[in-house]
Amino acid sequence: MLQIKNLHAGIEDKGILKGIDLEVKAGEVHAIMGPNGSGKSTLSSVIAGKEEYEVTEGEIFLNGENIDELGPEERAHAGVFLSFQYPVEIPGVSVTNFVKTAINETRKAKGLEEMPASEMLKKIREKAELLEIDRKFLSRSLNEGFSGGEKKRNEIFQMAMLEPKLAILDETDSGLDIDALRIVANGVNKLRNKDNAVIVITHYQRLLDYIVPDFVHVLHNGKIVKSGTKELALELEEKGYDWIKQEATI
Amino acid sequence: MELKDKLLSSFMVFEDRLDDESKNLNEIRNEAIKSFQQQGFPSKKDEDWKYTSLNALLKHDYCISPKHEPAVEFKDVKKYFIHDIDTYKIVFIDGKYSSFLSETTHDGIDVCLMSSALNKPKYKIIIDSYYNKIAKKEHSLTSLNTAFASEGAYIHIPKNKIVEKPIQIIHFSTGNEATLLLQPRNLIIVGENSHVQIIERHQSLTSNVVLTNSVTEVFANKRAIVDYYKIQNDNQDASLIDNTYISQKQSSHASVHTFAFGGKLVRNNLQFFQKGEHIDSTMKGITIIGDKQHVDHNTLVHHIEPNCESHQDYKGIFGDRSTGVFNGKVIVEKEAQKTNAFQANNNILVDDKATVNTKPQLEIFADDVKCSHGCTIGQLDKDALFYLRSRGIPAKEAKALLMYAFANNVLESVKINAIKTRINKLIAQKLGVNLGFDL
Repeated sequence: MLQIKNLHAGIEDKGILKGIDLEVKAGEVHAIMGPNGSGKSTLSSVIAGKEEYEVTEGEIFLNGENIDELGPEERAHAGVFLSFQYPVEIPGVSVTNFVKTAINETRKAKGLEEMPASEMLKKIREKAELLEIDRKFLSRSLNEGFSGGEKKRNEIFQMAMLEPKLAILDETDSGLDIDALRIVANGVNKLRNKDNAVIVITHYQRLLDYIVPDFVHVLHNGKIVKSGTKELALELEEKGYDWIKQEATI
Repeated sequence: MELKDKLLSSFMVFEDRLDDESKNLNEIRNEAIKSFQQQGFPSKKDEDWKYTSLNALLKHDYCISPKHEPAVEFKDVKKYFIHDIDTYKIVFIDGKYSSFLSETTHDGIDVCLMSSALNKPKYKIIIDSYYNKIAKKEHSLTSLNTAFASEGAYIHIPKNKIVEKPIQIIHFSTGNEATLLLQPRNLIIVGENSHVQIIERHQSLTSNVVLTNSVTEVFANKRAIVDYYKIQNDNQDASLIDNTYISQKQSSHASVHTFAFGGKLVRNNLQFFQKGEHIDSTMKGITIIGDKQHVDHNTLVHHIEPNCESHQDYKGIFGDRSTGVFNGKVIVEKEAQKTNAFQANNNILVDDKATVNTKPQLEIFADDVKCSHGCTIGQLDKDALFYLRSRGIPAKEAKALLMYAFANNVLESVKINAIKTRINKLIAQKLGVNLGFDL
């Protein structure tokens, strides 16, 4: 599904990613962990196509197609979804209208008709239920005055509505209490299937108790310095990152 | 001949042609034309006109009294009305009253024509007490209007009346004249405890040149509520100078929302005078322009007595080579203790070539007041744009959503839903997007 080859990227001459290789297959969950400033959020932004970052070397393929030249909306149309660490507030535009717009713009890009209103409504109801979101919430302005937990839940609601092929969850666990974490993780798990894939970016093992990864990668100083299975996450939880940093410098 | 000279020489002819009754304004008119003669048109040398030049507009040889008998079919102009709610309508075509398009009343309230108010003896007392009482004589364009004005809207609401239907004042220009100067004059008197809502629009129907120099005087008596909405979405060759003066008495609330989306040059002179305690004055605006359009908001709130409030919130979005000006003056007199005066002007420049000049002016002579002001000029937030695009929303639509979100809070105080809907449609149209839902 996703192939990243020798990816170098940075912002304004400052290199942040220094040669990332990663392959994510359909049906898999990958966790990317690492200390602050290791490049985790940059990696997710670069995959989603944030234009402030410049790719200086390497390539990103989605389903065999090089997506380097695609804008963020085109990547979204191709099935990439990024759950933001800090979702943006859009006063005056309701959650419902926002997801409707997102879905119909994606359909338009694919040459499809707009989704019929009844189908849309049904889908919204279904996905809202999945994430235990009540109806009042859906008519509120997007992210405006939402608590940290509400914002994250709303991100996963959008993911549920858009049904991406590749979902990147950027620190979705931050700011969530244990109940919200369970609801969000449960939502993500229910959305998983053999045709899609998830990349979970996190500092902590906590989320990985709920969304169990097939692979864990440790990012340090713009490179993946260690990859393993879910046991690696437990080891990191126990020992911290220092031993990885030391290993990496050796 | 220069426009000023032409106007001065036309004045004599104009005066002779007037009906006998309305000649009782002769003194006012003569004084006004003298004042205009002395001052002339404002130029960039005037501090208040530093960023707005009328030069290009004054080059035209304007027709000031159109001879054609204009005809307009309702179906052709329906879209300019707020038509999904029941309203009174005072409609003018090329400056002349159109009874066909209007819906006026004298049933308990007067919603009618300035010309009839000026000509009928029964209105004399009111005209004498209110007409030209707060319009500023030192504003040369206001004086020019006073000299020539003979038509406009006359609205008199006696006390204790809640006017259920909003009143629309609409001026159409047909383009029958190649260049046209219109000088409408409105007088609005709202009695104690009364409530009225007014919607004003100026609309040119062709691409011929039109300059409108409008003067409106509003009197809000004790505990009156006046909500005024100005929809400015005229075409590229129409310009508007709007001079609105509002005098408020104790515990009255007056609000003016100005939606400036079009026209070649728009200048809004909006002045509030607080003559009593516990008064609330609100002025809000959304400006969205592009091309080489120019919109200038020049506001004044004069806090004269204690315990009053004023709220100003102007949002501007400027594209292409458009230019914007905000000049907001707040005067708090020594006696006006416990004044709360708030002012905000926030702007987004969408293109590199667009400019905004924003200038808050606070003159505070009282010591126990709360006054705040804030001006910002910025660009669209790149992170926010990325967020929307990453959801599959193309850049153009994403930008439109962000601009809408930026301006949105101004709409919250709009009390008529049909206006909100209309403004949202105009915003979407102005931003060139169809988002599949009504903003």
